[in-house]
Amino acid sequence: MRAGVIPAAIARQPWGIILPLCVLNGFGALVLYSAASGSWTPWAVQHLIRFSVFLVMAMVIARLPRELFKLAAYPGYVGLVFLLMLVDLIGAVGGGSQRWLNLGFMQLQPSELMKPAIVLAFARFYDALPPAMTQSWRSLMPAAGLLAVPAGLVMLQPDLGTGLAITFGAVSVMFLAGLPLRWFIGAGAAAAAIAPVAFFTLLHDYQRNRVLTFLDPESDPLGTGYHISQSKIAIGSGGLFGKGFGQGSQSHLEYLPEAHTDFVFATMAEEWGLVGMLAVLFVFMLILRWGWRVAQNAPDRFSRLLAAGMTCTVFFYVAINLLMVVGLAPVVGIPLPFMSHGGSSMMTNMICLGTIMAVDRWSRRGTGLAG
Amino acid sequence: MISGKIPHVSSGTLQNSFDRRTLVVAGLQAGVGVLLAARMAWISLAQNEKYTLASESNRVNLTLIPPRRGAILDRNGAPIASNRADFRVDLVPDRLTDPDRTLVELGRLLKLSDVRLKDLRDKLDKANGFQPVEVAAGLDWDSFAAISVRLPDLPGVLAQRSFSRWYPTGPSVGHLIGYVGPASAKDYEKERNPLLITPGFKIGKDGLEKRFEQNLRGTPGARRVEVTASGKVVRDLEMREDIPGQPLRLTISAPLQDYAARRLGPESGAVVVMDCLTGDILAMASMPSYDPNSFSDGIGRIEWKMLSDDDHVPLRNKVLRGLYPPGSTVKPGVAMAFLEAGLDPEATVNCAGGLRVGNRVFGCWNRRGHGTVNMAKAIYQSCDVYFYHFAQQIGMDPIARMMRRLGMGQKFDLPVVAQSYGTVPDPAWKQRKYDKPWAVFDTVNATIGQGYMLSNPLQQAVMAARIASGRLLQPRLLLDQKVPEAPSMGFSQEHLDYVHKAMSDVVNGPGTAGRARLPVPDVLLAGKTGTAQVVGLHISDGKTGPWKFRDHGHFIAYAPFDKPRYACAVVVEHGGGSAAAYPIARDVMTYLYDPAKAMEVLLGMETGWGGTPQERLNAKYRAYETRYGTSAPRPTEDDPVASANARAEAASARPQAEQTEAASPRPEDPAPAAAAPAAPEPPPSPTASEAPR
Repeated sequence: MRAGVIPAAIARQPWGIILPLCVLNGFGALVLYSAASGSWTPWAVQHLIRFSVFLVMAMVIARLPRELFKLAAYPGYVGLVFLLMLVDLIGAVGGGSQRWLNLGFMQLQPSELMKPAIVLAFARFYDALPPAMTQSWRSLMPAAGLLAVPAGLVMLQPDLGTGLAITFGAVSVMFLAGLPLRWFIGAGAAAAAIAPVAFFTLLHDYQRNRVLTFLDPESDPLGTGYHISQSKIAIGSGGLFGKGFGQGSQSHLEYLPEAHTDFVFATMAEEWGLVGMLAVLFVFMLILRWGWRVAQNAPDRFSRLLAAGMTCTVFFYVAINLLMVVGLAPVVGIPLPFMSHGGSSMMTNMICLGTIMAVDRWSRRGTGLAG
Repeated sequence: MISGKIPHVSSGTLQNSFDRRTLVVAGLQAGVGVLLAARMAWISLAQNEKYTLASESNRVNLTLIPPRRGAILDRNGAPIASNRADFRVDLVPDRLTDPDRTLVELGRLLKLSDVRLKDLRDKLDKANGFQPVEVAAGLDWDSFAAISVRLPDLPGVLAQRSFSRWYPTGPSVGHLIGYVGPASAKDYEKERNPLLITPGFKIGKDGLEKRFEQNLRGTPGARRVEVTASGKVVRDLEMREDIPGQPLRLTISAPLQDYAARRLGPESGAVVVMDCLTGDILAMASMPSYDPNSFSDGIGRIEWKMLSDDDHVPLRNKVLRGLYPPGSTVKPGVAMAFLEAGLDPEATVNCAGGLRVGNRVFGCWNRRGHGTVNMAKAIYQSCDVYFYHFAQQIGMDPIARMMRRLGMGQKFDLPVVAQSYGTVPDPAWKQRKYDKPWAVFDTVNATIGQGYMLSNPLQQAVMAARIASGRLLQPRLLLDQKVPEAPSMGFSQEHLDYVHKAMSDVVNGPGTAGRARLPVPDVLLAGKTGTAQVVGLHISDGKTGPWKFRDHGHFIAYAPFDKPRYACAVVVEHGGGSAAAYPIARDVMTYLYDPAKAMEVLLGMETGWGGTPQERLNAKYRAYETRYGTSAPRPTEDDPVASANARAEAASARPQAEQTEAASPRPEDPAPAAAAPAAPEPPPSPTASEAPR
């Protein structure tokens, strides 16, 4: 199919993911340009630079051999757990919530790295687990321990969103690893039963408020419901084609909070309308579909679980952010991958995609370059 | 997709399971995607209109500009109430983030006293979140600038240029004009107009300001601006000027009104001056009064304390809401009734200090007696026995009819918030009211303006004007209409001349008010004194003792006596007798002819009183502030003027106590009071028609 003029090294790249990514990040940069009142600084340029850097990083990750992933799975996990403890400790000493470690040249957020790391660890665990044991409790208990420690540490910070993301990634891998369906149904039922209790005992006040506000946003339009109300106003006032590039009053007049981070989608929607929203949704659909394709075509159990788990992690970001922005989920501090301004989430998501690209490479090598 | 080759059973099972579950999970994710797409379409298409509106109302801030209130002008176009451009600062409670810090900061910047700060806190506590609260108005540029530069740090604070109401003569026009103030929550309930909660907007709270609210208000201007979420104005979109309210032109003469009010001095009383040709009310002063200028920012603790402590009821408009027994000022009117009934004015009665009816003696104010008294002498000497005697002959009904024709007991068609109109008693009225027959002592009381007879100062002025002119003058307060020709009262000119002469003799002859003579050449004042008892002689002699028990002083007058031009009524509550009233009438009437001379007299007096009413109020405020400071209780009423009016209304609706004895007439001159009162006996019941002796 491909013409010989294209060098093999370039032709080998997974263009099915790189092109949508470039489109999405480019569009994201445009939205950030507008959100900064028509200025490339401070957000848009940085966004593009980060994307370039992390895309290269993802390509590098894609070159890594499967054995290295397997080898790094547990040490990486343990190292991150250690860093999480360190963060919590510093937070406890310093007083207040702490999520970052200052490395001098960058702010490292271990909980972000934990999202791909837990998927990797779980893929490794279930790969090594004899298939026959998947039906026994021995498939569950160690995994539960592996999950409980980091998820607990993150929620202690407190960072409910990231904690849920970690849990979601891990549980996805467990589900796809073929653990008995009744466990999930049972766990779901138990969660439904416990949720009301946990709501009143475990959650922090601000978290509880967010949920309550989500259930009835108009109850407190100037307080915690403000985010959701303003976001819906931004989206709703955009209509079919939007108010035009650079014309969004909600974002430019600062009614929309977090207009360049968590609510960047609303900023976009106001100016580009339903057309822009469906376009973004479509590109995310392409990315996730690519992830699932890679997972299905992966040569072995480890790769399959790894690719599928990473796809689920990215999906969780996208889904929770969009559900929140359109008012279908409570306000949780989760940015929209590839569009929100912010280095940590960009890094996490590019690690996820880089990992999937690696799986893609392994499967091509395994089956040969049949294409 | 599903691989057909199954190398190991268990591993293959997992592979199958993976493939199946992948489909399920991917399917669920696609479902979320569809849900999101549907939700987005719902919000942006189906609810587009709603959210577009919400977005616009975010973006565009419509600021109402309070309209300039219509001026209130006197008959010559001089302002009684006008607008002054000034700088003001308001608070919007809803937008305050840290009220305590903001108040401290404002207090520091504006140098507010502790009392002012406490008043401000009271207002803040009471206001609904959306009601703006005035911090200060009439600021100088420096204070305004100091606040303006700090606005970004003071959310909820508004500093703006505006117009505020200004009453140049302050307390002199308080009751007449009323005052303006921020709309109360109740006002807003009644009239859901966003203008009412616009900072700087005031509505009329009393008097003409309230009565003519809709005319004076005008149409607000508007400014449409694009604002950020934090309230910063990005750009102006549109600007509409306000349309000032219509001016109101009164029949009042502002200088005369001010003079009359000031001339009342520290007394509690009222002065009404009417034009005898048109019925125009030239002055309508009631003192003590409040300063409408200082009420416009609400009533603070110190003001409230001053009002509650003052037994001179500064909140009551005594011209319209003060009801007093008119005393002997009714006598010229009663004399007119006698003349109409055919009594020869030269018919005499011998006054030996009292009149015996049956086994009862009704005393004259002059216990030594007036000797032989005809009608003229009865008027200028205010002989009670003469009136007792002939009233018994002629009966109460013609007298009551005449009183009503002259304006007593009448409610006039005036654009005022309320009038109390008193009582003119007659036998039918008493029967209806108390289910008791009319008694001799009732006639005795009525003919000397005591007992059930009650009137307000305006009615007394109208009575004076009607007797003076012989025309059915109607009092008039607004100048903006054609003067209707007042019809004749139908009196015979001969009768009028007779009464006029007698009234002139009250002042210029051997009468009871010799010192009321005008210091103006060729202008003779005609008048009639009145002294009305408040409590029986067994409690007080009415001249000395507790203020509350002293007699009311009355004087009705007109000038010139032979060519009536101006009529006047003066009431001094608890003044101790007519001697407290007629000097005031004299000076007010003098002011009409020779303002400079009258002013000189007043300025001399004011030196003794401690300045103009305005200055005295300010001094009193400072003294109270020093004495009570922030310990003064907080005002218990939002609108004390309205509540005072409501109380007056309730009081006038309350049935009067039944009169069971004759009032003891009080000496008209500040002469030593006569010793013994007529011994009250169980009321006999000779009817009014029964001839005496």
